[in-house]
Amino acid sequence: MLYIKCPHCGMRPQIEFSYGGDASVKRPELNKEISDQEWDNFVYNRKSLRGKHLELWQHISGCRQWIKVERDTATHEIFKTFKAEEEVA
Amino acid sequence: MSQEFRLENVGLINRDKKLSFKFNGKKYFGYEGDTLASALLANGVHLVGRSFKYHRPRGFFGAGVDEPYAIVQLYRNNETEPNIKATEQELFEGLEAKSVNCWPSVNFDIGAINNFLKIFLPAGFYYKTFMWPKSFWYRIYEPFIRKAAGLGVASTKHDKERYEHKYEYCDLLIAGSGPSGLSSAYAAAKNGAKVILAEDKPRFGGSLLTDDVNIGNQSGKDWAEGIIAELKTMPNVVVKNRSQIFGYYDHNMLVMSEKVSDHLPKTKKYHPNKRLWYIRAKEVLISSGSIERPIVFGNNDTPGVMLSSAAKEYLKVYGVLVGKNPLIFTNNDSGYETAIEFQKHGVQPTVLDSRKNPESEIIDEAKSLGINIKNSYVVVAAQGYKKVKSADVASISDDKKQLGKIENIKCDCICVSGFWTPSIHLASQSGNKTKFKEEIDAFVPGVSKQQETTLGAANGVFSLEETLQTSFAKGRELSKKITDNDNEVSVPNVVEKKSSKHDKFWCVPLPAGKNYKRFLDFQNDVAVSDIEIALREGYRSIEHVKRYTTLGMATDQGKTSNLNGLQLVSEIENKVVPAVGHTTFRPPYTPISIGAIVGREVGKHSKPTRKSPMHDWHEKNNAVFVDAGVWLRPRYYKRGNENLFEGSKREAKNVRTNVGVCDVTTLGKIDIKGPDAAEFLNRVYTNAWLKLPVGKARYGVMLREDGIVMDDGTTTRISENHYHMTTTTAQAANVLSHLEYYLQLVWPELNVNVVSTTEQWAGAAVAGPKSRDVLQKLFPNLDVSNEGLPFMGYMEGDLFGVKARIFRISFSGELAYEVNVESDNGIFMWEKIMEVGEKFKIQPYGTEALSTLRIEMGHVAGSELDGRTIPYDNALEGLVSKKKDFIGKRSLQRVAFTANDRQRVVGVVPLDKKTSIPEGSHLVKDANAPLPNPKLGHISASCWSVEYDNPFSLAILKDGKNMIGEKLFVMSPLKNKVIPVEIVSSHYVDPKGERVRS
Repeated sequence: MLYIKCPHCGMRPQIEFSYGGDASVKRPELNKEISDQEWDNFVYNRKSLRGKHLELWQHISGCRQWIKVERDTATHEIFKTFKAEEEVA
Repeated sequence: MSQEFRLENVGLINRDKKLSFKFNGKKYFGYEGDTLASALLANGVHLVGRSFKYHRPRGFFGAGVDEPYAIVQLYRNNETEPNIKATEQELFEGLEAKSVNCWPSVNFDIGAINNFLKIFLPAGFYYKTFMWPKSFWYRIYEPFIRKAAGLGVASTKHDKERYEHKYEYCDLLIAGSGPSGLSSAYAAAKNGAKVILAEDKPRFGGSLLTDDVNIGNQSGKDWAEGIIAELKTMPNVVVKNRSQIFGYYDHNMLVMSEKVSDHLPKTKKYHPNKRLWYIRAKEVLISSGSIERPIVFGNNDTPGVMLSSAAKEYLKVYGVLVGKNPLIFTNNDSGYETAIEFQKHGVQPTVLDSRKNPESEIIDEAKSLGINIKNSYVVVAAQGYKKVKSADVASISDDKKQLGKIENIKCDCICVSGFWTPSIHLASQSGNKTKFKEEIDAFVPGVSKQQETTLGAANGVFSLEETLQTSFAKGRELSKKITDNDNEVSVPNVVEKKSSKHDKFWCVPLPAGKNYKRFLDFQNDVAVSDIEIALREGYRSIEHVKRYTTLGMATDQGKTSNLNGLQLVSEIENKVVPAVGHTTFRPPYTPISIGAIVGREVGKHSKPTRKSPMHDWHEKNNAVFVDAGVWLRPRYYKRGNENLFEGSKREAKNVRTNVGVCDVTTLGKIDIKGPDAAEFLNRVYTNAWLKLPVGKARYGVMLREDGIVMDDGTTTRISENHYHMTTTTAQAANVLSHLEYYLQLVWPELNVNVVSTTEQWAGAAVAGPKSRDVLQKLFPNLDVSNEGLPFMGYMEGDLFGVKARIFRISFSGELAYEVNVESDNGIFMWEKIMEVGEKFKIQPYGTEALSTLRIEMGHVAGSELDGRTIPYDNALEGLVSKKKDFIGKRSLQRVAFTANDRQRVVGVVPLDKKTSIPEGSHLVKDANAPLPNPKLGHISASCWSVEYDNPFSLAILKDGKNMIGEKLFVMSPLKNKVIPVEIVSSHYVDPKGERVRS
């Protein structure tokens, strides 16, 4: 079970969180004309990376904040966690 | 009854407490501190069970967790548990155990015929044989294999024992209380670190209990007792016996199973049977020691053949002789240590050493005691069926290929030592890539991946002095890092006998003309010949060989067989062992009872049960409850002998003719506040929200980004920047997360806050033509007329002194209101509604009537909004704005979603107006079409229409729009039904929606 540092609450076990997918996906702006391909990429297409991955988690049984977690999908190592609004370098 | 093989005054058992127990119906005696194994051996019982495949007689091989075959069915306190290792089960008064895998008895076992058929049952036999004919599989092969499979029998009764889970955090977690575990625990504890020390056996001390060593001028055992006693007094230390750390998971989380009650005849009141510890440790020290490995020879599974270390443990810990005429077969000095113990206790052993001319302090001691030692000698085969009677022995050439003349030696047990295998299971589970250590012919942990260090024998270090030095140093170093304290602890002086190098010899060749079974894996009956077959048939990867032969796949996970298996593969393949590699170690290290894993989350406790504030009233009024997610909701209120059908029909009818009241507290409620709340709702819902006036409610549908309907509900504008959203009961949590996602990540610029208020409000839906009369009585000072509170209107009121919110919304399709009060006032509100409603013939109604009412009105709900449908499918396309953008809108342009013959909700009525239609049935054109009959749609919800008094269903049907008036068939192979039906509008009752507006 992972041990995740919530940037708001500190170290917490995985059972307090819920996984939210790839954090690098950006929702297209509202009212913007976009192609089917662009929309498909946003809704469906994911890379399923092996290695370093920036992902979303929600601290659902804690502060309820969505956070970003930089994690290795193969080793489960967590490098850094970020608040929702924090820019990831 | 005398215990023939028990020594006087030897061992750590409590001779003041005699215990009686039964094995296979026969009564025996043992002592407190015995295991079932030691007590049986004290009584001369060596035959415990029958082997898995060939039903060969099996006895005891080890003395602890490594035991491959002394497995029994245990009876305790009117319950039974299968697959208990007799070597681990502590004796208690009244214990009962039986042999497994034998019928009619362990002495005469019919299945043993497999032993004589063994040439027909080689590796892969099942794979090859049960392939064809296909039709035999279900009728013949599967029942046969099922019957033959497994050892013990699980209880079919509900387990009344209690199991607990515990979460713990510590600085250092130490697995094993042998010399290494004790030293590192002591050093770390002295630095003030929070330490947990876990020992799987009842007694602390590990090898110190049996080894003849001296630490700090006292015996190893006494030193261990002193350390444990001191650790127990320290507030920063937890020491746990009977506790097995069985799994090493991510981020230094380990799981430990503590056997709290298994050693007692009955679990004490308020005590759990087992306690599962989830431990998050900053550092883990693995001091799990090593397991002696066997040397493979003919008939090496005969009862009486056992590990030499086990024989020593039975003697020194339990005062039990495993034989009175022991033969010791060794390739290293450990066998001599066992021989010396036998000799010291009046039994003359014979030692066969595969080495030519070994020299060491230990061997010198054995010689000086006059022990009979034969060098370059091996056991070729054990003789005897249910017990060793003698051994065929022979000299062996220096290259270990040629056997000399076979001689027969009388003996009653054969104690084997093939050197030691470090227990690297936990280290390997942590992700540590193990490495092969040539000097000890075994794998040891390599570079740590997590915060873990392996010490002592588990790390392939067999010198006590070195183990103590490294362990004290490591305990001190790691704790210093955490606590910043650095207290020096002096390492005690150690006196141990030096040993000589072991012989790289592990398998005795077959003598000419003999085909003895030479077992590697004793529990799964895997012999040398099986591995040879697998390799001959082309299996190369060790993982494949393992699965084909089942080597190491039994409940002991190959603790005594893996390395010998690898040696054999490497020899045949002509590779070195590290090139063959080992199979993956996976948790659990030992079998863990399912009860411990489940813990207290059993049955109703697997999830919290949520009840509305009016629950007690429902209960008192004969409500029959139904699980709605985690909520308990009244399904109907039973009157007299009514069944569900009759009761719900009465309740629904009463709503249509008079007035009913339904507890709707379970609906999800979300409070939404902020200057941008309207804009936010406008993006979340498919319809327009910017112009909703204060004091008005609106029905809305929200989509996922993929265009599928996520949820529906009404949202009310309470004040300028304050909205009250309702969600379905099931989706409440998901919708809140969904809203938070968009507010926190996608549109953080919107100034809006959301919070769940589901539990803050109690809700009652008052529905029916007379609901306005009831409302007027509840709020005599309010204008609740159609003009004063029109459809989708909202007002606040005073309900006999209680603040209330009144929404004119309807799920039933009748004139209806929803009244919300703060939860604490829920029961007050409910009783008032019942009181004032009495003269209007009000009746409470449950979820069944609620469903009936919505189905015949064609209102879609969870069974239509099932995660596969878009707004059009639910006839909700009128709510989809063409002007503005919203979540999921772009997806609605997908080709499949705009197809002309898109599925759509319809009504379904059986032609005979009598036959009820099972939910989930398929709709087909031709009832007699060959299978698979093309499916046109499915029945999503069914009811008995109270308006028309006939069955009515909703269905999601392909091209539903153009199917109205068509005649189709409903097919339910599950219920064996074929029903001719007509497709009608989903709005079966009041299609114009006049009633809700009346």
